[in-house]
Amino acid sequence: MNDHTVKAFDNDIGQLRGLISQMGGLAEDAIEKAMRALQRSDLDLAVEVRSGDKAIDTIEAEVERMAVRIIALRAPMANDLREVVAALKIAGVVERIGDYAKNIAKRVPLIESDHRIEPISILPAMGRMASEMVRDALDAFAARDAEGAVRVCESDTALDDFYDSIFRTLVTHMVENPKTISQVAHLLFVAKNLERIGDHATNVAEMVYFAATGTQMVERERGGREV
Amino acid sequence: MSNTPPKMTASHVTVHYGTKRAIDDVSIDIDQDEVVAFIGPSGCGKSTFLRTLNRMNDTVASARVEGDIRLDGHDIYAPDMDVVQLRARVGMVFQKPNPFPKSIYENVAYGPRIHGLAQSKSDMDGIVERSLTRAGLWAEVKDRLSDSGTALSGGQQQRLCIARAIAVDPEVILMDEPCSALDPIATAKIEELIHELRGRYAIAIVTHNMQQAARVSQRTAFFHLGTLVEFGRTSDIFTNPRQERTKDYITGRYG
Repeated sequence: MNDHTVKAFDNDIGQLRGLISQMGGLAEDAIEKAMRALQRSDLDLAVEVRSGDKAIDTIEAEVERMAVRIIALRAPMANDLREVVAALKIAGVVERIGDYAKNIAKRVPLIESDHRIEPISILPAMGRMASEMVRDALDAFAARDAEGAVRVCESDTALDDFYDSIFRTLVTHMVENPKTISQVAHLLFVAKNLERIGDHATNVAEMVYFAATGTQMVERERGGREV
Repeated sequence: MSNTPPKMTASHVTVHYGTKRAIDDVSIDIDQDEVVAFIGPSGCGKSTFLRTLNRMNDTVASARVEGDIRLDGHDIYAPDMDVVQLRARVGMVFQKPNPFPKSIYENVAYGPRIHGLAQSKSDMDGIVERSLTRAGLWAEVKDRLSDSGTALSGGQQQRLCIARAIAVDPEVILMDEPCSALDPIATAKIEELIHELRGRYAIAIVTHNMQQAARVSQRTAFFHLGTLVEFGRTSDIFTNPRQERTKDYITGRYG
């Protein structure tokens, strides 16, 4: 893409994109740490994730200020305008992703560490899958890569399937061993949070696609999942 | 935009100034109820094209216009076309306000008088008041109609020129950068006026101010080096242009 005749405009857009990347990096990190804290019952790490969420919120506010400033002072048009609007919306979504990671971290101290059930060992794999979707969506934003964005949306199905399978496993556990119900309920929320993170990564990808192409991604067929 | 035939159609218009080609094979139609904006860098031919629409280029000896331009289906370059009549039907407002050095009243009354549009003094008074009202100037000048038109502020002078164009009851109004000599408040008043005039007159406006094109027009034409690069809905041109050159120009990457 050519540079703007007004160089400061390029700097502004570059800074805005930098903030989004930084925010995305923190969100990925939060997911990864929250899952590690869960797996190892690492309460200190869980606390770190909870307090680290503030940094994500701060960057979101900065993105908002920057985007409003660019719109007011530079009057962006066409792809520039779409990009600024996308950045604004993506920041909001990434902030939500951070909240889900924080929610997972909050549950770590509530899950008993001495009677841990077996399915907890497969949750980190689901966490990696969700975190990869977030990373791929933000990479697509950085590269203005519409095809990459489509791939992120397609990969959401795999995460949904993962969630369905974990859901069934956890329900079976509850039925067979009612003593575990409280712990398993928390794990269900963890799995649901990861599934929601995937949905949000998909939203990010849809905005990336719009910013890059100027058209909406064709709405994907959503399966008949009810939960 | 609408199902009625376009008010004006220009097909394959090419203009030369001497040997220099200023416009190359441009086709644009203007609907009855719309404002069309022409944008593009200096020297792209947008003003030259605008001026073919009421044969203003006739006044330039070296200019040669080819192609087909029609008003309500009639060829405006046909031998039987009365150019004076044409310019009454297709009025023009220029970049620099150019009121006659006469009274405000006379500025507006001049056109209707030479075209014989008023039968009596009260007819003429009606035309003057209606034209000044439509141009959004009546309230400001109704008590000083005998003052000189040149004594008005720049924005008022430009609205006086619009009133003068309206007075002969045109069907199309061409505006060649009507706000480039005006401050933002006077500009906003002209833009508001363009909104109010829309529907009554088909309007084509040349502007260097892309925000203005975005604000006032329904369709926008982007010219570059004498060619029409892209012509489409204004909302599309400014959010999702089809052509790379349009995108580079409107996002400030041109050149």
